Amino acid sequence: MPAEQPELKVPEERAASTERPSRKRAGRTPRQRRRTIMAWAFMLPLVIVNVIVIVGPAIATVYYSFTEWSGIGPAEFVGLQNYRQMLTSGEFYGALLHNVIWIAIFLTVPIAMGLLGAFLLSQITRFQMLFRVVYFIPFVIASVVNASIWENLLDPERGIGPALASIGLPYLDGVAFFGDQRLALPSVAFVDNWHWWGFVLVLFLTAMQSVDRDLYDAAKVDGASRWHQFRHVTIPGIRPTLVFVMLMTIIWSLLVFDYIYILTQGGPAGATEVVATLMYKEAFARFEAGYAAALGLGMSFVSGLIVLVFLYLRRRGWEI
Amino acid sequence: MGGRRTSREPSKVSYYAVLVALSFFALTPLVVLGFNALKTSAELGRNPLGPPLSPDFSNFPKAWELGNFTVTMRNSAIITAGTVIGVCIIAGMAAYALSRLDLPGGNGVLFSLFVGSAVPFQLFLVPLFFLWSRLQLTNTLIGIIIIYWAIYSPFATLLLRSYLVALPRDFEDAARIDGANEFQVLTRVVLPLAWPGFLTVALVSGLAAWNEFFFAVTFIQDDNLKPIATSFLSFQSQFSRDWGLTSAAGLFMILPVIVLFLILQRRFIEGLASGGLKG
Repeated sequence: MPAEQPELKVPEERAASTERPSRKRAGRTPRQRRRTIMAWAFMLPLVIVNVIVIVGPAIATVYYSFTEWSGIGPAEFVGLQNYRQMLTSGEFYGALLHNVIWIAIFLTVPIAMGLLGAFLLSQITRFQMLFRVVYFIPFVIASVVNASIWENLLDPERGIGPALASIGLPYLDGVAFFGDQRLALPSVAFVDNWHWWGFVLVLFLTAMQSVDRDLYDAAKVDGASRWHQFRHVTIPGIRPTLVFVMLMTIIWSLLVFDYIYILTQGGPAGATEVVATLMYKEAFARFEAGYAAALGLGMSFVSGLIVLVFLYLRRRGWEI
Repeated sequence: MGGRRTSREPSKVSYYAVLVALSFFALTPLVVLGFNALKTSAELGRNPLGPPLSPDFSNFPKAWELGNFTVTMRNSAIITAGTVIGVCIIAGMAAYALSRLDLPGGNGVLFSLFVGSAVPFQLFLVPLFFLWSRLQLTNTLIGIIIIYWAIYSPFATLLLRSYLVALPRDFEDAARIDGANEFQVLTRVVLPLAWPGFLTVALVSGLAAWNEFFFAVTFIQDDNLKPIATSFLSFQSQFSRDWGLTSAAGLFMILPVIVLFLILQRRFIEGLASGGLKG
């Protein structure tokens, strides 16, 4: 099976081929009814675990977001108070700003690296597979180990900084990447990106390999430079994947948690606090589970809204 | 030089130069990790980044002992195996219903699977945590395994379904004519043909469960039940001054993954690239 391309397609077109429409409307025989029951029976385990773990608690989140609740004991209904608190909290806006910075970093750095690497890789034949494997390896490394590696490499006393200083390049010597208020957020993003860009590259490479070779040949005949080929053949050719990656980048950046929690826990002095770490703190350290539910619902709502706007624009015929 | 081929080739040298530079960026941190696991504290002080001058293997047994890896490896193995088996069963059954049993409302189900594979934890974490504590499923391995079943199954169902849709139905129809019931058709005919799909799903969900950090740190605090991911984090903060020791511990966690990835990389890449699993 070719890697199914992540194009956010609404699954109609493929589902249609598997259905047998003639059976659907026709009179139902006991045999068909049995098949239907059987079909739902096969779906049952999936439905049950998803209702218990995701759907049920998600509905409860909506309810609890309107309550004052510590997590244990009864919840007291307080209407919109949690949302009012959220929208007037400087802490929330500070965290949200960090999410926005995170979006800006991840919309540019890994995508640029991925596009560059994938384009170069698509132009060569020798060692292409080897490079692809090498770039992908960091993506399978556990986040905790990745974080530990870079914590050591970026250590102000024994990491890359002092090592460069010892060969006459003192610029990074003694820099506390995760301890400095201005550097902490980009440093954590750097560590996250180290395991992320290779994955983006592979997605782009897969898309580029399905671009019609003839288009490149035609461009070459017209005397187009490599840059022009990239700009006018490659980019339009992979646009669905590119748009998908950017959309997912925005959503994942709104919800980012792991690397920040592992490396800085939102510190120093809130310099890396994002909405997800703030929510975690509210729920499990400050026992404001109701407020945390409001934060979680708010962020989920915003990311859902972004997807809906995207789907709406696409349906309206926007070429994205 | 001379000849059309070679005259066009030199431009590619710069391509390889950039690609090699990117490879260094990807691999150097891992190479340093390997180097430093083989260094004593004394050597680390003199030589923090280079290859070990006198390789020393004492970090490995020490890290294994201090990090309680006998227990945490076992926990992670149970969690990973439980997740893989459960996801294959749950998603396999659902994918079979979607592709073979004419499930009414199949399109709606498919769409909700797309949504389900992208639901952020923010939406359900808080009530789930308090539900799990009430059910006494926090600090249990089965509690975390059930969560992984729920969050990995939607994606796995979609992936398996696309495999099953591509399989011809003739064999199954033949088996049915021979009097096989649906369960026999599934186990005797479909599974043997669809195993590459199951292998991909097993690899992706197994990798995700092995590496998963967020739910593990939230739902398991008991040191005797922690998987490697979270016990490694406390190990790392406890011994953060001993780079050799934490490097050895990190290798315990990533070596099995890297080896498996190198053996089955095509399947890994295909599976991860098709799912929306954020690493």
